[in-house]
Amino acid sequence: MSAHLDKDETPAASGSFEPKIMAFVCNWCTYAGADLAGTSRMEYRPNVRIIKLPCTGRIDPLFILKAFENGADGVLVSGCHPGDCHYTTGNYHARRRWIGFKSLMEFAGIDMRRLHFSWVSASEAIKWVDLINKVTDEVKALGPFMEYSGLKENELE
Amino acid sequence: MPRIGVFVCQCGNNIAATVDTKKVAEEMAKIPGVVYTCDYKFMCSSPGQETLKQAIKENDLDGIIVSACSPHMHEKTFRKASEAAGLNPYQCEITNIREQCSWVHHDKTKATGTVKSIDLTRMTIQRLKKNQPLKKIKIPVKKKALVIGGGIAGIQAALDIAEGGREVILVEKEPSIGGNMARLSETFPTMDCSQCILTPKMVEAELNENITLYTYSEVEKVDGYIGNFTVTVRRKSKYVDEERCTGCGECIEKCPFKVESAFELGLNKRKVIYTPFPQSVPNIPVIDAPNCPKIQKDKCGACAIVCGPKCIDFKMEDKLETVEVGAIVVATGYQLMPNERFGEYGYGRIKDVISGLQFERLASSSGPTGGEIRRPSDGKVPESVVFIQCVGSRDEKKGVSYCSKICCMYTAKHTKLYSHKVHGGQAYVFYMDIRSGGKRYEEFVRGAIEHDGAMYLRGRVSRVYEKNGKIIVQGADTLSGSQVEIEADMVVLATAVVSREGADGLAQRLGIGYDKHKFYNEYHPKLKPVETVTAGIYLAGSCMGPMDIPDSVAQGSAAASKVLALFSADEMAREPITSVVNKVTCNACWDCLTACPYTAIERDAIKDRKGNIVKWVAKVNDGVCQGCGVCVAACRSKSIDLKGYTDEQVFAAINTF
Repeated sequence: MSAHLDKDETPAASGSFEPKIMAFVCNWCTYAGADLAGTSRMEYRPNVRIIKLPCTGRIDPLFILKAFENGADGVLVSGCHPGDCHYTTGNYHARRRWIGFKSLMEFAGIDMRRLHFSWVSASEAIKWVDLINKVTDEVKALGPFMEYSGLKENELE
Repeated sequence: MPRIGVFVCQCGNNIAATVDTKKVAEEMAKIPGVVYTCDYKFMCSSPGQETLKQAIKENDLDGIIVSACSPHMHEKTFRKASEAAGLNPYQCEITNIREQCSWVHHDKTKATGTVKSIDLTRMTIQRLKKNQPLKKIKIPVKKKALVIGGGIAGIQAALDIAEGGREVILVEKEPSIGGNMARLSETFPTMDCSQCILTPKMVEAELNENITLYTYSEVEKVDGYIGNFTVTVRRKSKYVDEERCTGCGECIEKCPFKVESAFELGLNKRKVIYTPFPQSVPNIPVIDAPNCPKIQKDKCGACAIVCGPKCIDFKMEDKLETVEVGAIVVATGYQLMPNERFGEYGYGRIKDVISGLQFERLASSSGPTGGEIRRPSDGKVPESVVFIQCVGSRDEKKGVSYCSKICCMYTAKHTKLYSHKVHGGQAYVFYMDIRSGGKRYEEFVRGAIEHDGAMYLRGRVSRVYEKNGKIIVQGADTLSGSQVEIEADMVVLATAVVSREGADGLAQRLGIGYDKHKFYNEYHPKLKPVETVTAGIYLAGSCMGPMDIPDSVAQGSAAASKVLALFSADEMAREPITSVVNKVTCNACWDCLTACPYTAIERDAIKDRKGNIVKWVAKVNDGVCQGCGVCVAACRSKSIDLKGYTDEQVFAAINTF
């Protein structure tokens, strides 16, 4: 599929590329922050698809890999600020896990600009909007994420 | 094959203005398993819910999606409606196409909102296909409460719970209840005497048959969960038999040793066997063991000799008592920031620089001077007193960033008390802003300035030093733009209200959150002001942040009402979102156990018929588990899953992306 396109023909180069961003967020802070962006009628880039989980501590690194495998061009993980976790320490566990996971991703050759970690509280609608816009634009500039799907296809052959 | 119904809400025009709800419904109809779709103006309205119920029954649906607003808004509504139609409520899922689509993507021509709504609903459908019917968890409730902290907030909470007909244990770490309020002279803005309004309540708490007082005691360990806490309380040795003591006070009289009184904040001495203040409740003395020569060196023992009922026991030891309660109210209060941090204000060097609470003791008729304002160094009546506000408050560099809230008011009160007691005396107040936002508070401060002649100077004090027996206060008056120097006989610092020492330790024992200042976090600052994130634990008073008496009392009552509401049913139902262990694959690495923030995971032995242990596995206590799922992600053998957010459900959603 698109993995075989020449560089100049990529949607990124032609400007028509719209990245797919998957966001894993916690129920208590970031999801509520995103809700607030809605009730405040703030507009942001439409590329993100949210999956709600109770806590960032619930996020299995496999979710992130799976999202990339399914064609996500960028992945965002966001929860309560450290110290504010609804479950006291869930986000600390998540943070520690990401540090290891990030180096694994880097080792695998994945551009870390495609994976974003952030803290957005329930009152930070503006932060959420800025974050989505920033991540979308950054991933858009990087172009579609082909490495993983390309690898997958080769393996199938 | 599942039979799924999709209900797309227009939310009037809230969704329909930018999302083509009809198109969303049409697209969903194409997905295998979806047998019914519709779009409707207001799904949450009664006719909307009726449509939903009817569709479930008529089409024999086994799962439904409502694409509408945030689940935080109406998930409960639609799950309830589903249940009424005979569907398991957890087979109803919400797709948030309002807060996530129509309200944030306004471009109708590009139809970004519609595309996103279709994607999100599709993801929810695939997730729903993996849903399992869940049942609410029923937990029995022990109808007895524990209140930690015997200040005014804790006393109020205990009294209200007791009057609601439930038993309360009130734990106070000092020998008497009363807290900081017992130290106050008069209270703003009514100027009624603190003792006069507090002591009747203290006595009421002692006499109420539903209240058990554990004074001189501390909470050591907390286990369990809402409705079923097991609390270990250390009852520190008083060296006095509480049952037999009559409170005659003979022992105190005869004790030959004196030390600085903590209750009087060092302004006075007390005996080594003592009650903190004359109206102490309970009126039973305590021996201050580290300072008692009998206990330390086996010398003296005068108190035991004079004690009629023979209730002094120098060998008495601390007792650990375990109590079972259904709810806990935390009301541990505040303390003032140690003034030693403010060397430039002379504290610690100049004896007549005191704190606001020390001034309260000087002004109190039961205090060390009998209510006369006399300075600590030589007992002289001060002709001029400088009050300095915001000492450590609103000052990130030297103290804390927040406003201590009560100081503007108590300083105004101090100037009033001072001018009433020392005629011709002059009070000066250095302030940053006057914050008097309470009922009759502003008028009170005005009164201090206009009727009682307090001189208010807007500006900070730079230096306080001694010269020729006077205290020189150097500061700025920013309103006149000049430097001022005042000769004072006494200086009173309104030092920052801070959390109690050891507040963080208690929070960790209780499993409740606290902020960077170690004040306890409420569940929601507006809508759940006395709840904590740990179900069954409530907060009252200034353990949450600086608070005045009316607010503390209101919160004590609020916490009590929450406790009584919890105790009104024999069983409580809670969300079934909990972890569950696959015993077959669990290999007992205990990663989950160490990761769990609630100690909800236990070690469980699997035994054969002869009773031999075959293997150890993790086991989740449903009552304690809060459903965060930290254990699930921590499990390396993938043996734990979270009901309602199973791996299957999440992967199904991701795979649809």
